Amino acid sequence: MAVITYRQALHDTLRAELLRDPNVFLMGEEIGVFEGSYKITAGLLAEFGPERVRDTPISEEGFVGAAIGAAMLGLRPVVEIMTINFSILAMDQIVNHAAKIHAMFGGQCAVPMVIRTPGGGGQQLAATHSQNLEVWYAHVPGLKVVTPATPADAKGLLAASIRDDDPVMFIENLALYNTKGEVPEGDYVTEIGTANVMKEGEDITIVSYSRMAAVALDVARRLEEDEGIRAEVVDLRSLRPLDRTTVVESVRKTGKAVVIEEDWLSYGVGAEIAATIQEGAFDYLDAPVRRVAAAEVPLPYAKPLELAALPDATALVKVIHETLDATRFRG
Amino acid sequence: MTVDSLHHTVAPADAGPADPALVQLLTPEGQRREHPNFPLLLDDAAIRDLYRDLVLLRRFDTEATALQRQGELGIWAQVLGQEAAQIGSARALRPTDMAFPTYREHGVAWCRGVPPEKILELFRGINFGGWNPLEFRLAPYTIVIGAHTLHAVGYAMALQREPHNDDAVIVYFGDGAASEGDVNEAFVFAASYNAPVVFFLQNNQWAISVPESRQSRIPLYQRAKGFGFPGVRVDGNDVLACLAVTDAALQHVRSGQGPFLIEAFTYRMGAHTTSDDPTRYRLADELEKWKLRDPIERVKAYLSRSGLADAEFFASVDVEAEALADRIRSACVSMPDPDPLAMFDHVYADGSPMLDAERRSYAEYLASFGEA
Ligand SMILES: Cc1ncc(C[n+]2csc(CCOP(=O)(O)OP(=O)(O)O)c2C)c(N)n1
Repeated sequence: MAVITYRQALHDTLRAELLRDPNVFLMGEEIGVFEGSYKITAGLLAEFGPERVRDTPISEEGFVGAAIGAAMLGLRPVVEIMTINFSILAMDQIVNHAAKIHAMFGGQCAVPMVIRTPGGGGQQLAATHSQNLEVWYAHVPGLKVVTPATPADAKGLLAASIRDDDPVMFIENLALYNTKGEVPEGDYVTEIGTANVMKEGEDITIVSYSRMAAVALDVARRLEEDEGIRAEVVDLRSLRPLDRTTVVESVRKTGKAVVIEEDWLSYGVGAEIAATIQEGAFDYLDAPVRRVAAAEVPLPYAKPLELAALPDATALVKVIHETLDATRFRG
Repeated sequence: MTVDSLHHTVAPADAGPADPALVQLLTPEGQRREHPNFPLLLDDAAIRDLYRDLVLLRRFDTEATALQRQGELGIWAQVLGQEAAQIGSARALRPTDMAFPTYREHGVAWCRGVPPEKILELFRGINFGGWNPLEFRLAPYTIVIGAHTLHAVGYAMALQREPHNDDAVIVYFGDGAASEGDVNEAFVFAASYNAPVVFFLQNNQWAISVPESRQSRIPLYQRAKGFGFPGVRVDGNDVLACLAVTDAALQHVRSGQGPFLIEAFTYRMGAHTTSDDPTRYRLADELEKWKLRDPIERVKAYLSRSGLADAEFFASVDVEAEALADRIRSACVSMPDPDPLAMFDHVYADGSPMLDAERRSYAEYLASFGEA
């Protein structure tokens, strides 16, 4: 298997899907000549031309709405929104239209489109450019929401999303673009709606997704090496549909769970996972489910403040220790 | 024929300064011209003051760019090339008028009296936007494209409720922003309610890498007609024309005749921001061509040729510019890092018990590392 970056995996998959299916085309701000704000579409305008790699005016609602129309006719638009923050301008098109057309017209017309967009903080982009808004979309029936954490999943989930007949929010993370990992070669598709146990363990379950899944894996490896704590790491990969079974099975084994997400705490993924666990593994729990998330403030621009507001490995380790202490695991 | 080739045949770019509709009062060579609709009523001293504004603004901008390169600012959005559009329009305002900027309006901020240090604080992340919008009559910088055009219209509609108040509002935005739904809805609202707002569109030819031709098939000022209000294209590198046209537009909106669109035809001579490299998407030729239309050189040529200023005057402005650069540099590098707990301070106008609890527990969390 080749070791490549998350960025490269996305780029290669877009290219492979453009080659594979003539109905696939890309649309968004700055994706052609400029090759994308984060260079995911590098070289694609030159290779596929302006019909299939379209630079748009600055009108998020415009190009998302147009993509819906094209998808209704059977094309497979892959839209890039510069950052998830600007998807808010296209919210009506996504929530009221993309998510509902298939149901509201009796299943007669699908909307097979993908919206690729990065979220995440830590890049000093200030409050309106650093949000994690995936739960907004995960809340909406009719949408699928995937959040790859690794280059392999970036590939497998992007291929699955483009081939899927429903609208998919494909949520990337700015801080993951340069991360590297092994990626299977050839045609590789990850089923949407399946969580991934990134590391097995018996002592405690850490549930996460996107960038925080990578942080969780790192923490779990260190805890095992340094302290002999065997944590299991569950990467949700897909927020809707959500693989509750994998989460519940893991907690039935470990009896303890911590959720870490980059998003704000209230009404977040952690809340949904905690509810899932108490519904499916209540009798197995040795301690309350704990959540690690961002401070509930607009993310500051100043570097030290931004770092202070975001959840990190240190906070996760602390909460894992507290959870284990509560069950006297550490003696 | 593809959509793209069609698009480019119909709307050739560079309908710029050659356009007969363009209002120009000072040619790139520094020759004064008159325009029947836009007289310029300025004394000589006022023109020297405009020159001083332009030079100081450029020096401020250059210094901020250098500070970013040296790691002292997170990012910087250069105003280079657009000085005349901003100084000319903002000097037409009276103190109680309100201005709504994007992220590039350092020249407008300068005219509103916001100390440059305050702008550097913002780009350095020292605080959450250093000036009081109502004190300086300058709203906070807005980065989400186009959103503030609606705020400007709403502010203008609020002004209409005060019977004896004829203050006006001006809102700045770009050629790229003109494609946003928000901007078009702002046009509709302003027209529908006859709001006293001047839309000041700086067409600097580029929205990051996307040329103006992608945003519009007709010259942007002509869009106003479809919304039912006047639109004028002014040479955005001509400070005198920008002042005269904005002055007329402000009179128009003050007198209850509704909104006005000004398209200042100019050029972003620098990068989009310090994170951008424009050589990847535009030709060096184009920059060279625009350098000949520099907004500062033509004022200098006019002042010296007509004997309104001498070498001593120009030298004194340069000295003042260097002093400004020194002052803001030392202020910038000595700005203290903010306290982490400051992030909880202003989330709600009246505070919040939930945030108070969060602040306390975060303080304890920080303290727990101190003890270890
Ligand atoms: C809603 C929204 N979409 C996209 C962006 C990203 N973006 C920042 S600046 C910019 C170009 C703006 O161009 P223009 O309006 O012409 O202003 P200029 O920067 O040239 O002054 C874009 C697309 C944004 N900030 N907000």
